[in-house]
Amino acid sequence: MDTMTEGNILEVRDLTVRFMMNEGTVHAVNGVTFSLPEGKSIGIVGESGCGKTVSAYSVTQLLPKTARVSGQILFREKEGTITDIAKLPVDGKEIRRIRGQEISMIFQEPMSSLSPVHTVFNQLAEAMILFQGMTKKQARERCVELLKLVGIENAERRVDEYPFQFSGGMRQRAMIAMALARNPRILIADEPTTALDVTLQAQVLSLIQEMQDEFKLSMILITHALGVVAHMVDYIHIMYLGRVVESGPTLEIFENPKHPYTRGLLNSIPKLHGKRGQRVSSIPGAVPSAYSLPEGCVFRARCSERRSACMYEIPRRIQVGSEHYVSCCLYDGEEDQYAANA
Amino acid sequence: MLRYIAKRLLQMIPMLFLISVVSFIIIQLPPGSYLNTLIAQMRTQGDEINMEQVEALRIRYSLDKPAHIRYLNWIKGIITEGDFGFSFEWNRPVKTLIWERLALSLTVSVSSLLFSWIIAFPIAIYSAVKKHSVADYSLTFMGFLGLSVPNFMLALILMYIASVYFKFSVGGLFSPDYVMAPWSFGKFVDLLKHLWVPMIVIGMAGTAGLIRVLRNNLLDELEKPYVVAARSKGISPVRLIFKYPVRLALIPFVSTVGWQLPQMLSGEAVTATVLSLPTAAPLLLGALRSQDMYLAGSFLLLLSCLTMIGTLISDILLVIVDPRIRYE
Ligand SMILES: Nc1ncnc2c1ncn2[C@@H]1O[C@H](COP(=O)(O)OP(=O)(O)OP(=O)(O)O)[C@@H](O)[C@H]1O
Ligand SMILES: [Mg+2]
Repeated sequence: MDTMTEGNILEVRDLTVRFMMNEGTVHAVNGVTFSLPEGKSIGIVGESGCGKTVSAYSVTQLLPKTARVSGQILFREKEGTITDIAKLPVDGKEIRRIRGQEISMIFQEPMSSLSPVHTVFNQLAEAMILFQGMTKKQARERCVELLKLVGIENAERRVDEYPFQFSGGMRQRAMIAMALARNPRILIADEPTTALDVTLQAQVLSLIQEMQDEFKLSMILITHALGVVAHMVDYIHIMYLGRVVESGPTLEIFENPKHPYTRGLLNSIPKLHGKRGQRVSSIPGAVPSAYSLPEGCVFRARCSERRSACMYEIPRRIQVGSEHYVSCCLYDGEEDQYAANA
Repeated sequence: MLRYIAKRLLQMIPMLFLISVVSFIIIQLPPGSYLNTLIAQMRTQGDEINMEQVEALRIRYSLDKPAHIRYLNWIKGIITEGDFGFSFEWNRPVKTLIWERLALSLTVSVSSLLFSWIIAFPIAIYSAVKKHSVADYSLTFMGFLGLSVPNFMLALILMYIASVYFKFSVGGLFSPDYVMAPWSFGKFVDLLKHLWVPMIVIGMAGTAGLIRVLRNNLLDELEKPYVVAARSKGISPVRLIFKYPVRLALIPFVSTVGWQLPQMLSGEAVTATVLSLPTAAPLLLGALRSQDMYLAGSFLLLLSCLTMIGTLISDILLVIVDPRIRYE
């Protein structure tokens, strides 16, 4: 029988995802571990291509057939029993129930994540009619209510419109409404603002935060900008090339970053009070290809503090604070130090 | 929607005019007229040629008048009393010849079209969903086989099978007893009994292509983000496929319906000849050969009209399946 830490609603353990392509194997996610405490929010942060979306899709089995997933995805049901989502049959009844009632997702691209030939009402009401046994009329009232809640004006009229009649920001709001329509317990927001222009980003983010409070959701917020999640999430997981390289409470990450990559990301946040003309430093180099992973530490090539050990040793996960973990050989041995101090 | 249809109908009027002029020009293009053919025929049969008689015919059919007058008379007849002129070869008014033929043509074409859809849809959906499976490859292979077997070949094979194994006369669309009989329930049943051979032969030709188009449309759609998003709502796989990607894959397909109908009508010509079907194509062929101008012209005109109607129907369908067009 699987066990979970008390208070966690979701625990992902050692998640590995590979894509078998004609050109070779893509190592998209390589042993990712994170947990989501009930009612809290966590941020998953990393550059493009590091496996954020693939990790998120695994949670509700949304990956295409070419994906090979291993590891555990433990979900605590309302009644307290634990389900390992990774073991559920593909598109079976169980996973569909979880998708339809427990874990909702907001997608990266609001433009193409809605069907262009079905009305907003049709797409919004679908899950309500299917899972909550609502009549069409009840679903309609609820849709209008939800659209109003996410800040769409003239909701009574707009609910019958098609997505292409909505602006980008409105579409993302409709997507949020659609995720909420299922009364989920977990909300996964995959870069919900990347496709929107800057003025809308803050609005949509604060809407998501409001909704999290309103619906008492546990939330996973995915982003590539560390600055964005700072005030929104309780815990942060930094990902690099399919691995979590550092994780801990938000404050801890900002005040006491350990991994050279985390420090690099923090330095690349534009500072409000920085001197004019001061260049925002960014991490040199690009993410290596996920087709052929380098041996040893995958961040090695871009690391300013690399050592000879980084060449062949895959860094262990080391505890450096009460809830603070880092995978970097700079901290080899500090685990004992932390344990001794505690 | 109604306004859109009305607009499209109005746009058809100048088009129709143009088509009627072109049809008329086409039938006037070859030098000489039916009378020349008649004279040549009489000569080969060794008959005495009575120039007076020929002259009388010329006047009776207004062949002495200039072309534009003949055109105007022809059109006037059609519009005012549905009179399409007189067929020299058959010695009967054109309108008594063409309607039944056209109706049979339409029956054959539409049933072939439906046949090819009924075959193509499930196969295309199945092989797209099971992409790169053994089933997908075998269906694709069979599709190519179907694509490369000529129509007449298939017609001959089916005729052979039907007559040898089912003791069934398969030429034509009716049994000998019914050919001249007026329409009755028995004749209708008899038609159905004969219809399947041309239906399969003509339908098969388009089926393979249709499967490819649909399968590829669907493959494009299956990967789109809206499918993943819909899947994340927890709806069942079958419902998901039919409600979203299949629906969208139909859009480019519907726009092909417009030219599929006329294509079927003309694709039918070879098969109709092989199977000796009493449809429009063989009659048109004969009329063109003997310069039976009013008959040929009327056929061209009506076939063009059918093409336009086909296009209109597919445009209307397109508006129904794709709301984005409605709001442009
Ligand atoms: N369906 C797929 N087939 C093959 N490779 C894939 C597939 N989906 C993702 N990948 C690969 O997996 C890796 C991780 O991709 P993922 O989409 O998770 O990145 P991401 O962190 O979400 O990036 P972004 O910020 O650009 O959204 C990438 O190398 C990507 O090319
Ligand atoms: Mg992504």
